[in-house]
Amino acid sequence: MTNSFGEFDRAKMFFVIGSNMTEAHPVASTFLKNAVKNGAKLIVADPRKHKLVNYADLHLRLKVGSDIALLNALMNVIIEEKLFDPAFVSENTEGFEALSEEVSRATPEAMAPICGIDAETIREAARMLASVSPAMLCYTLGITEHTCGKNNVMTVANLQMLLGNMGVECGGVNPLRGQNNVQGACDMGALPGIFHGYQKVGDPAARKKFEEAWGVTDLPEKPGLMMPEMMEGLEDKKVRAFWIFGENLANTEPDIHKVEHELASAEFLICQDIFLNETTKFAHVVLPAAAWSENDGTFTNSERRVSRVRTASTPPGVAKPNWWIFKEIAKRFGHEWPANSAQEIWDDEVAALAPNFKGITYDRIENDGLQWPCPSTDHPGTVFLHKGGQFTHGKGVFNITNWTPPAEIADAEYPLVLSTGRRLYHYHTRTQTGRCEGLNDLLGEETCDISPTDARRLGIQPQETVRVSSRRGTVEVTARITPEIPEGMVWMAFHFRETNANWLTNAAYDPETLTAEYKACAVKVEKM
Amino acid sequence: MSDGTISINGKAYPFKPDQTILEVATEAGISIPTLCHLKGTTPTGACRLCVVEVKGARNLLTSCSTPAASGMEVNTDSPAVTQSRKMTLELLLSSGNHDCLNEGSGTDTKVLFDARAEIDGHSDHLCPSWGECKLQEYALAYGATGTKYPRAKPAYPPEVNNPLIIRDFSRCILCGRCVQACNEVQVNEAISYGYRGSESKIVALGDLPLFQSACVFCGECVQACPTGALVDKKSKGKWRPWDVETIRTTCPYCGVGCQQSLHVKDGRIVKVTGVEEGLPNKGRLCVKGRFGYDFIYSDERLTTPLIRENGELREASWDEALDLVADKLKEIIGESGPDALAGVSCARSINEDSYQMQKLFRGVFKTNNIDHCART
Repeated sequence: MTNSFGEFDRAKMFFVIGSNMTEAHPVASTFLKNAVKNGAKLIVADPRKHKLVNYADLHLRLKVGSDIALLNALMNVIIEEKLFDPAFVSENTEGFEALSEEVSRATPEAMAPICGIDAETIREAARMLASVSPAMLCYTLGITEHTCGKNNVMTVANLQMLLGNMGVECGGVNPLRGQNNVQGACDMGALPGIFHGYQKVGDPAARKKFEEAWGVTDLPEKPGLMMPEMMEGLEDKKVRAFWIFGENLANTEPDIHKVEHELASAEFLICQDIFLNETTKFAHVVLPAAAWSENDGTFTNSERRVSRVRTASTPPGVAKPNWWIFKEIAKRFGHEWPANSAQEIWDDEVAALAPNFKGITYDRIENDGLQWPCPSTDHPGTVFLHKGGQFTHGKGVFNITNWTPPAEIADAEYPLVLSTGRRLYHYHTRTQTGRCEGLNDLLGEETCDISPTDARRLGIQPQETVRVSSRRGTVEVTARITPEIPEGMVWMAFHFRETNANWLTNAAYDPETLTAEYKACAVKVEKM
Repeated sequence: MSDGTISINGKAYPFKPDQTILEVATEAGISIPTLCHLKGTTPTGACRLCVVEVKGARNLLTSCSTPAASGMEVNTDSPAVTQSRKMTLELLLSSGNHDCLNEGSGTDTKVLFDARAEIDGHSDHLCPSWGECKLQEYALAYGATGTKYPRAKPAYPPEVNNPLIIRDFSRCILCGRCVQACNEVQVNEAISYGYRGSESKIVALGDLPLFQSACVFCGECVQACPTGALVDKKSKGKWRPWDVETIRTTCPYCGVGCQQSLHVKDGRIVKVTGVEEGLPNKGRLCVKGRFGYDFIYSDERLTTPLIRENGELREASWDEALDLVADKLKEIIGESGPDALAGVSCARSINEDSYQMQKLFRGVFKTNNIDHCART
């Protein structure tokens, strides 16, 4: 997030797109609802009429995967009616001419059939959005989990730059991160092309710095494989050993049949986890790890805040902290790593070797955490990025995007669009929440959420078990008939194994980020 | 005197527009007891415990809902104030099942608890909020015993038919903090006041059980409840406040990063609450953050390394498992080069773990084949 949760309750305008915040980020949504109660305006763009829509001034019920069409049409109106921020655009951005030319073709009339929203509503939304400045734009995986995910992200950034909503309090582009430390795992360099702190592996100076700090030579300069490539590599034996730390890939990745075939092809599979799960079935070695609250450390939240995690219990049996396991393997390769606690790792290496984290040390985050960039120990941390319209690479660049349809669209054989996500009472594949007293009682099974119109057409009764099939798999699941879902769409989560949406989802990826299109595939629903 | 200050107990304090007497006093470090007041929400003045004497006013005024005014002279501790608060407490105690003070002696809740448990031979049925109850705390401070008036019979049976929250209406003082927490803090809008007079009750959607209502079990109401009326079912009876330590940590679920207080007894988490004023959540939690902690105590946890042999996983020592991993990886690197290795890190584990894993892959194995579910 460029901005912070602390700004939510005093913001005056929100544009929430592809985010079911009340279920996936419940506490963040409370601050947004506080703002709405205090008079802030809210526009929600989402195919589903989820709970946040109850608080919206305008609900743009776009078709799944039509985000760019909608966003470009909004920008068409904003430019046409001169509702943008000319000072910000001229002083802080590049490429406005090209953007103008491109979105001039994306008239509300032209985009209306693609996104399923009439032209006048698009105009109304554009005017409403531009009427209050700044506006906070929030998105979640509804934007990224598409074959056009990267373009979706660039388009929301275009919109916010056009409106001059960047680099100001209560503005910004704010992706709410789905997992407690997914921001941190990125920040720490668990990505193929960067060391921690976003220092590129292709940069000779960065490699030299880490070679000296780690006492090694010849750090590899070519970015590595991304996760889907790794898994495909298992099948063609380019990847012979695969180390899975704390992931249940057999349930979380699209097209479970394909994933399990790949995992079964692994010559040597190491799983490091806190439970046996569907993925450890394929493991050759399982390493037992300490869990949350069983060791000290830090998490970094969506707003870049590094906060402490503390020990409350001892790990069971001989389970060990993950950092210890990696250190022990390094030792067996002849590398003696000096740090012997999470604090030593952070203070002596993470902070010391990355300018963005340099000022964050354990003694400074005893209470509230600090938000990076935090370049020195007297720096208060950074609440919002790009202050005064100063972007990391100078001016903000408008990247031109064009709408492209999802890789698989509904047809005569599979006439419905399946979109997927998370539900309030569970988290991912339930390895955690499935073992918490009470949570399973509140939600004990998956459902196929379907519109009343489609249910009536198919003769489906409430709570009836139906068969949902895609080109990749079939599940039998209870139907939940609800007006939250628009006609032509069904919605499911990936919390339960037998009824996991990922038996159905399409392993089609954004060409650059290799993010899978979890949000759109074609299915059929049948009475049993 | 009208110089932009307010006098509290004889001393002048500046104040900001719209501040209440309670807010000015709290900022000045002057403690005024409150039951219904919930910071950041609309004051209701329902409990009348925060009354103060204001010179020139005909009656005592509720400090939570009276704006500070220039020249105002306030006494937070006069005999009239003390007497009124004691009376309020006696009335509240008699309004329901508040029987922890009958003996009326001593001010230490643990001593009181042990004494009562000894008389009864056990402590199982004693109020689950004993020692963590604002009503009990103030009653002890003001010498209210709950014996001055006849005790009202409970009008409603407790609601226990959901897995997480017990609603014991016999201990509800109708302060409305839960209603404020639900409607103004979390904005889940599941509960409200229902019925009238002695029939008054906090109700969910036309008086339905919580699980049939709009309740999303965030438990903000439980955290706000000043008595034993709303109780965390999972932790009931497992602890008393004098035998837990509180440890601050960060929630293991979504990317908001809520700050939690873990209430830990003998190395085991028995309850979770939000860290009041802590950033970013300012005390708020959701259902997973508040109630989703006990997976770590599951019997199904992995307790030892495992190695697959003849198709089955068998137990192994750390040395055996780590040696096997190291040997196999060396062999593969030797035969096919480091890029034949790949790893995914964990987006739930701590930063330091991900840092170490990428350091291992880059610095030791010499491959950049390290990723995680960053983009999903």
